[in-house]
Amino acid sequence: MSKIKAENVNVYYGSKQALFDVSIDIAEKEVTALIGPSGCGKSTFLRCLNRMNDVIEICRVEGSIKMDNLELNSRKLDVVRLRENVGMVFQKPNPFPKTIYENVAYGPTIHGIAQSKEEMDQIVETSLKKAALWNEVKDRLDEIGTGLSGGQQQRLCIARAISVSPEVILMDEPCSALDPIATAQIEELIDDLKKEVTIVIVTHSMSQAARVSQKTGFFHLGKLIEFGPTDKIFKNPDNQQTQDYITGRFG
Amino acid sequence: MNLILVTFIVLLAFTSYYFGRKKALVIQSSQRLTALPKFYGYYLAAWCAAPALIIFILWSVFEPSIVKTFILQDYTDQNLTKNELQLIYTKVKALALGNYSGNITNFLDASADKYIQLKGIANSAKVAIILAILIFSLSYAYRSVQKNDRMREPVEIFLKWVLFVASLGAVLVTIGIIFSLLFEAIRFFQAVKFFDFIFGTHWYPAKTFVRDGQPDPELMKDAFGAVPLFAGTFFIAFIAMCVAIPIGLLSGIYLSEYAGRGVRKYAKPIIEILAGIPTVVYGFFAALTVGPFVKEIGNAMGLEVSAESALAAGAVMGVMIIPFISSLSDDVITAVPQNLRDGSYAMGATKSETVKKVIFPAALPGIVGSILLAVSRAVGETMIVVMASGLAANLTMNPLESTSTITAQIVVILIGDQQFGDPKTQSAFALGISLFIVTLFLNVIALSVVKRYREKYE
Amino acid sequence: MLKDIGKNMNNFKQNLLKKRYNAERRFQWYGKIAIGLALSFLAVFMFQIFSKGYSAFQKTWIVTEVHYDKELLLIDAENPSKDDLENADYYDVAYKAMTSLDPGLPEEEDRQLIQMVSYKYETEVKDLLLKNPDFLGKIVPIKLTASDDVDQVHKGNYPRDIPEKNRRVNDYQLQIYDMLNERGDILSEFNISFFTSPDSREAELAGIASSFMGTVFSILVCLAFSFPVAVLAAIYLEEFAPKNKFTDFIEVNINNLAAVPSIVFGLLGLGVLLAVFNLPRSTPLVGGITLSLMTLPTIIIAARASLKAVPPSIREAALAMGASNMQTTMHHTVPLSMPGTLSGTIIGLAQALGETAPLILIGMVAFVNTIPGTPVDPAASLPVQIYIWSESAERGFVEKVSACIMVLLAFLILMNLAAQIVRHKFEKKWS
Repeated sequence: MSKIKAENVNVYYGSKQALFDVSIDIAEKEVTALIGPSGCGKSTFLRCLNRMNDVIEICRVEGSIKMDNLELNSRKLDVVRLRENVGMVFQKPNPFPKTIYENVAYGPTIHGIAQSKEEMDQIVETSLKKAALWNEVKDRLDEIGTGLSGGQQQRLCIARAISVSPEVILMDEPCSALDPIATAQIEELIDDLKKEVTIVIVTHSMSQAARVSQKTGFFHLGKLIEFGPTDKIFKNPDNQQTQDYITGRFG
Repeated sequence: MNLILVTFIVLLAFTSYYFGRKKALVIQSSQRLTALPKFYGYYLAAWCAAPALIIFILWSVFEPSIVKTFILQDYTDQNLTKNELQLIYTKVKALALGNYSGNITNFLDASADKYIQLKGIANSAKVAIILAILIFSLSYAYRSVQKNDRMREPVEIFLKWVLFVASLGAVLVTIGIIFSLLFEAIRFFQAVKFFDFIFGTHWYPAKTFVRDGQPDPELMKDAFGAVPLFAGTFFIAFIAMCVAIPIGLLSGIYLSEYAGRGVRKYAKPIIEILAGIPTVVYGFFAALTVGPFVKEIGNAMGLEVSAESALAAGAVMGVMIIPFISSLSDDVITAVPQNLRDGSYAMGATKSETVKKVIFPAALPGIVGSILLAVSRAVGETMIVVMASGLAANLTMNPLESTSTITAQIVVILIGDQQFGDPKTQSAFALGISLFIVTLFLNVIALSVVKRYREKYE
Repeated sequence: MLKDIGKNMNNFKQNLLKKRYNAERRFQWYGKIAIGLALSFLAVFMFQIFSKGYSAFQKTWIVTEVHYDKELLLIDAENPSKDDLENADYYDVAYKAMTSLDPGLPEEEDRQLIQMVSYKYETEVKDLLLKNPDFLGKIVPIKLTASDDVDQVHKGNYPRDIPEKNRRVNDYQLQIYDMLNERGDILSEFNISFFTSPDSREAELAGIASSFMGTVFSILVCLAFSFPVAVLAAIYLEEFAPKNKFTDFIEVNINNLAAVPSIVFGLLGLGVLLAVFNLPRSTPLVGGITLSLMTLPTIIIAARASLKAVPPSIREAALAMGASNMQTTMHHTVPLSMPGTLSGTIIGLAQALGETAPLILIGMVAFVNTIPGTPVDPAASLPVQIYIWSESAERGFVEKVSACIMVLLAFLILMNLAAQIVRHKFEKKWS
């Protein structure tokens, strides 16, 4: 079933066009991977899905992006509400310079999700457990989040993202700053999360896309070249460019 | 005389530059040069000027005190105090230079003759020594040039030394500050007990403490208690910060997080004008406009307000400090990495929530550092207080009364003619050294906090 | 379904969201108010200075007639030489010129008329004749500088409706003033003497020439001492200094020196330059050296920043050509860094220009009624002049202070503009 439906999305940075007529259908409770060489527009597209492009002054988005039939690319949409429902994990782990507990509790606090201290403790614990970090940090919740290792920081960011139980989580190359072991842990986590959440992941690593995703989209020079089931994209792509990229002839 | 000597040395140095270069061109015809011809010139010129000038400076610095010792030798058997000796020496000098108008005793006359004689000897000795050095160093340098030794390296090493000595300038200034303050302050603390100074609560340096021609320690004990000044200094700084921190911080945050490029481009430099206005102008403004205004409002509310209130001085000082805090906190907040903002926005936080809960805590060390720098600035501010907050050192916590500060008292004590050796004058230096220590302390902490903050996000 | 993003939110969430957006708006308003306050302080401030000061650029004259009577002047010679005119006695002539305004006034009340012009009116009468020797024996109109009280009345700065005993201008003088004003014998002209006269105890005669020259000399001395040392020090620290404890010490030293209160430099000037080196008190020489010590760290910091901004590729290129370290620095790095250094220097000098406290301590606060010709003549400086005048009780000085502030601010604005121009015109942009 389709969760997000984007049609003819064009994005401009000032006078420079970054995305050309991208149309894509993202299915619910699946992992969709977006791959392509650097600067191909995959991250730009990802940031359209929770309107993070609003932060960039010169950025302009055209076209229609619908989530559950709600138009996201509309002035009237309340981005605060949208982002509560669409979480995001960034390329570089960015925990706030606060304690681990406060990091996870940040979302529930501002959105008024927990009514009491016990409820909050519960949310923090569940989120950390879901992010497979609980066992490592349960005794030091009041330590500063930036003191953790890179992989732990990234899992903390994932815990922070799922603390408000979003329906969609966007991941922008979440493993590019991590070592192989930490990467494996995150990938495992993604696999677990997809039971409840729709995940869109941008990745540089084709093997990662192949491992974690059900659908894959290939971007090149701001265009969505091919989109389909991951197996098909990797084994038998329709497009020559996709073929070349998959086999490592460019990129 | 000195001018002629220096001009001579400089001219000689120029001549030797051209001479050295010419010599190099001569050498070039027979053998390979070790450096560009101009280095031969530099080499000679440096050898000519540097030793002579160093000796000249050393001589000029030490000559007066040596001459003084010789002159005052004749007076050692008279059991005179240091101040009296100084007075005699001043008289002798004035007499020798022919602009003395007091009583001329035989003794004084003899000393003046001796002074003239000594000066003459010193002058001819100086010229002789410097000429000897010039001849010696030039002949040494010329022999090296003739031998066609390496020329570039010595010149560069010499230049490097010049640069190094220049960089010692800042250190020298610090040493100068510490010594000039310490020297007088120590003499002050010989007359007034250290603890009477830092714990005493009465500051009336204007009262006389001379009884029977001698400074009376009993009278001085009660006149130099600096507590009212320390309290007044921090009290006025506190009032200033009450004005400057909210306004400065909020405008810094608004400029860095909210303002569009247009507003930022114009508002920021305009606010910074406030920091460029000389403090004496603020003082005039505080005394003439703000002071009476505060008094009027206070009287309308039925309060007793002095025309020179701590509030007026503090508030105006606060306005002066706004741009320090706004610019510094703007810089500090802009330095917070964008990915922290993104992380917060992606959680659905509004801008103000992001600022209050993520950016502000992250930037806090830097902001604290800039506030400390601003406090140090407020503590060292002089003219506003001198002009707007009265000069009587009241120990009060009422912002509507007048108080005085360390800086203002230094000005009050030292304005007009000063007599060195007077405890009142010396007390200004004791105040100066306390001010120096306080601000140094604040600066060292602030700078290290800010430095650590910068390193964290670089 | 995307949960309660549209209308189907529960009440609690809706309220919370409203509160959050209100908080957001409030916070934005705090910021706007803060900026508004800061800007309005500046506006009020400028308005005050300008509204109080602009009238000082006008000078009030009283026009009357003077009879250069040879007998009263005590000139005997038939064809008096310049010397004779120089040595003549102008007291009576000048006195008569004023009393002729109201011949009916009893002699013992004459002072009231004399007080309406500056005490230098006799000199003014003399100067007119020296300039025009053919006026001798004739009755000619003459402009006399009005006293500062009349000046203030004419400019409307002085209330006329308070009781006579509280006024410095009495009813009789006001009457004469009104009569003259009706006749058109009160003139207002551009106040050239404000710029050309030295300080004076009388507000109507006081000018900024001596303090202006004092400032110019101080700044030049300050530049001469601080610029070379600062630039050489910056070159050493940025290009040659080894990384060791001593270098660190020098650096920490410079940073702290930059934050030492200016009055401490005044104490240094007093304790070392005056007491140890016996330099002449109250002079721009000592003032300039004191200020140069203060400016030194500012210029060093600016010069280092602009040396640092020269990209390493330039140095590498020169070194690769076989230039020595010293040659690379002197031929390439230093010239390229000059615009930044110069603009930092100008800004440092502008700061020094506005300093008052250190100059007061080294005695530049003395009353100087001559215009200094060299840096070793006693002088005041513009900021000190502001202080001296603002301590004076006379009403006429208020507008003088404001006008002096305007001149000082103009000076500062010019310097900052110069710094901007130097930076933008000559600085290379490295990408």
